[in-house]
Amino acid sequence: MKNTLRQVFHSSKFVAGFIIFVAILLLMIIYPLINPGNPLQQIGVGTFAKPGTYVSLYDATKAPVSTFRLPDAAEKRLGTSLSEEDKAAMVEWFEAVGADISDLDTNDTEKMLEMWDEYYDPSAKPKGMIRAKILYYGRLDKSLKEMGSGDGDSISIAEPNEEGVLEETKKILDTDYVNTKEVANVKTLPLGTDNFGRDVLKELVSATGTSIRIGLIAGIVATLIGLTLGLLAGYVGGFLDDIIMFVTNIFTVIPGFVLLILISYSIGQEQRGAAVVAIVIGFTSWTWTARSVRSQVISLRNRDHVNLSKLSGHSLVRIVLTDILPYIASYVVMAFILQVSSGILSEAQLSLLGLGPKTTEVPTLGLMMNWAMLYSAHTNGSWWAYFPVILTITLISFSLNLMNTGLDQVFNPTLRD
Amino acid sequence: MSDQVREQKDFTNAPLCLSGKGVTKIFGFGNKKTVAVDHVDFEFHEGEFVSIVGESGSGKTTLSKMLLGLSNATEGEIFFQGKPRDISSGRKKREYWKGIQAIFQDPFSSFNTFQKIDTVLLDCIHMRGGKNLSKEEKFNMMTEACHFVNLEFKELTNKYPFELSGGQMQRLMIARIFLLKPKILLADEPTSMVDACSRATILDMLLNLRDEIGMTVIFITHDIGLAYYISDTVYIMEHGKFVEYGKADEVILNPKAAYTKRLISDVPKIHEEWDLSTVDLMA
Amino acid sequence: MGKAMLEVKNLKTKYITRFHEDVYAVDGVSFTIEEGKSLGIAGESGCGKSTLALSMMGYYFAPLHYISGDIIIDGKNISGMDPDTVRKTILGTEIAYIPQAAMNALNPTQKIIRFIEDVVHAHDPKKDKKEIREMAEKRFAELGLPAEALNKHAVELSGGMKQRTVIAVSTILNPKVLIADEPSSALDVTSQKMVIKMMRELMEKGYIKSMLFITHELPLLYNVTDDIMVMYAGQLVEKGSAEQMVFDPVHPYSHGLMKSILVPEEGTRGQKLTAIPGAPPNLKRPPDGCRFAARCKYAKPECRYSAIPEREFEENRMYRCLMGVDELREVYGNE
Repeated sequence: MKNTLRQVFHSSKFVAGFIIFVAILLLMIIYPLINPGNPLQQIGVGTFAKPGTYVSLYDATKAPVSTFRLPDAAEKRLGTSLSEEDKAAMVEWFEAVGADISDLDTNDTEKMLEMWDEYYDPSAKPKGMIRAKILYYGRLDKSLKEMGSGDGDSISIAEPNEEGVLEETKKILDTDYVNTKEVANVKTLPLGTDNFGRDVLKELVSATGTSIRIGLIAGIVATLIGLTLGLLAGYVGGFLDDIIMFVTNIFTVIPGFVLLILISYSIGQEQRGAAVVAIVIGFTSWTWTARSVRSQVISLRNRDHVNLSKLSGHSLVRIVLTDILPYIASYVVMAFILQVSSGILSEAQLSLLGLGPKTTEVPTLGLMMNWAMLYSAHTNGSWWAYFPVILTITLISFSLNLMNTGLDQVFNPTLRD
Repeated sequence: MSDQVREQKDFTNAPLCLSGKGVTKIFGFGNKKTVAVDHVDFEFHEGEFVSIVGESGSGKTTLSKMLLGLSNATEGEIFFQGKPRDISSGRKKREYWKGIQAIFQDPFSSFNTFQKIDTVLLDCIHMRGGKNLSKEEKFNMMTEACHFVNLEFKELTNKYPFELSGGQMQRLMIARIFLLKPKILLADEPTSMVDACSRATILDMLLNLRDEIGMTVIFITHDIGLAYYISDTVYIMEHGKFVEYGKADEVILNPKAAYTKRLISDVPKIHEEWDLSTVDLMA
Repeated sequence: MGKAMLEVKNLKTKYITRFHEDVYAVDGVSFTIEEGKSLGIAGESGCGKSTLALSMMGYYFAPLHYISGDIIIDGKNISGMDPDTVRKTILGTEIAYIPQAAMNALNPTQKIIRFIEDVVHAHDPKKDKKEIREMAEKRFAELGLPAEALNKHAVELSGGMKQRTVIAVSTILNPKVLIADEPSSALDVTSQKMVIKMMRELMEKGYIKSMLFITHELPLLYNVTDDIMVMYAGQLVEKGSAEQMVFDPVHPYSHGLMKSILVPEEGTRGQKLTAIPGAPPNLKRPPDGCRFAARCKYAKPECRYSAIPEREFEENRMYRCLMGVDELREVYGNE
């Protein structure tokens, strides 16, 4: 046993898979401790906030001010306020009025604005340009003028005084800075928010945990059913073997996923908790384990040590437990790992079709994908709502399969390199 | 073992231990029917060392499975100690198995590789009703059994069977029989997987064991020289039938059946010319 | 003295285990086989006889490694040759090897004639298939194998037939030396006799010049080979003609082996079968002195410390023991 474990942990593939899987598990345990709270709480109003750090504007105005004169401040400000779309529109205008744009650098905001001053004429009507577009340029010019006149400008904060008249209480200059540590409310959302305004990272961590649990339950259910039926069919043989193999064949020829969809559908949305879905997945995927366990047991059944055990008067249960099970244990462990991996994938597939666990209790990886798809995250560029989920599913099943391959190489000497 | 020449003893008047009448085993049915064992009669007496000799495919292993009660005879009846053997239920089978034990051909597959040697031997003591013995008594019994087969039990504790050589494993099998003390031992080619040197040791121990326990040994082999050396009675089997049987001296030194003659002539000898000219390569 | 066909000089090879330990399986073995002669190697399992057979092909693959020594086949030293060259130019034409389970080495999806084509094409890629078939049919007829076997798959042949087919296929190019490692141990006695007869015919008809036969069955060696060597723990302990080795062994280990002979002859029942006590030494750390000392009942203290050289005596005989030949004969004569 000790020797086997040593061999297993000598396999680089197993160790790599194991490390990835343990890292995911650790993240799953540690992250909720750092960032507690309900993962399904809707913190954002509106959908798909971008990943990043959010500073409360209200609190920032109240924070103590320091003054910095940074040389590139104005330029940066212009840079972020002048969107790529605006720049493209400006270039289009220059082209339309026949300006020389051969050596124009769109990243040089100052130069762009200079050219704009030179070439923009509100009364000009370039050929072929529709009126709506010309009006759009009017609005663009106005906003650019406002932007450009930022030098020495300021924003006033007014509060009602005792008489209820607004009175300027504070002036914010463009050289005013606050320390984020002194702002009462700063929220970092490393993966932004999803369509319901939930913190995607927190949701992802919770979903990973649920999905792994679903995979484990599905794997345990499938392995237990498969192992029991395989042992019985293989060791007892005869008529029982015929019956069990008949049932197994029926389950094999009906496509497992179709069966899964039908069962999930008939259970109904309200009854479908994560555990129920897991059991349903396990119940439809045991055939493979049953078949392989049966064939292994048949070859073991005629081994001399089993015959000797019989001659020693041991009971059927004892022979199965001590003389057969240990020989197929490594095989069953490998099958179990694959069942866990495929259980996680099955849950994702089911949820993607809207047949996953009910949506109000826990997030799962599949549900997150389902939500992202329903709210068109993939078409509006909100990659953070689905890409990390895909990556997590891939990593989990990759690590599990890697462990399985490693184990296979340890237990099956012909595959060793 | 005594230094004297082992005399050919006469067992015909000894009480019967295991006998059979018209024992037959048929595999398959219809056109694919194979008769593996074809209406054989046999009488094995108490304390007798019997060899069943035959080439591969002669049905000797099928017969041994039936004798052990691991498979049922298609026809015929087997008698245990004079009474018809009843192995119809699990309990009756277990009762029968208290009287018969086996050593198989391949020592590497005869042991559960997940059990330590102590467990294997302790199991035997428990089977003989020694569950309530003190630890010390059990230890002494195991040491004695290992001593019988020239193994040191102290060195074997906490070891697994696969850490031993093939010959040592087969000796451990004999130690197991020493503890179990069955009425009948069925040895199915126990020496065919070990080299000539270990073979001598194992044969020696089997003879000693027979004398120690007074059991009947049914030795199944393809090596007629070995059968001659070790057994009192020899049964020659060809295509599921016994073509000749009798005292070892008579059968081997004075064979009557053509098959026995051929078997003997096919074995290389050292004092006689090994006649290769009789071989028909096209056969 | 005839022309030396196979000469092995002080050959040493080792296995490197998975835990990077060296096992010296063949440790300084020298012998010569002359043209037209056959040599047998006897010993218990684990004594290195199969490793010696593998080592002699000059074709090393992990975990077997070559250390030193010469293997000279008909005047050509093949030791230290690149494995690929050995495979292309030596195997099949100079030396052929038949392992114990050779009959299981045939690919079940191919017909026998394909193996012959493969063997011939490995050395002569341009040879016509028709020519090869004619050659194979002729050889099969001479060796008493039915020509129909050429068109069969391996699974359609019986065990003995398969083994004979393998021998016929591997000797199709008339190798000078045939190395057979327990070629008949897995067969029943009748098939064994056929295999032996066929090998003898190969020798008589001159298809192979000399043969090395490995087995632990001494009666078989006695009937098959001219000379017998006894190997123990990676070294040769005694060598002599088959007659001498069976009826007049000298080395204590040879005596032990000869006492394990079982044949269906009058007197076998009366003879006392004694086994050699103990187990062979661990070849990871071979003992300094005589390797058999721990199991030898006549061992003296000095046996365990000084390395024992091979000592020649009489004509063409060798043994490795501190005791003199006469002393040994006297001791065993009194037993």
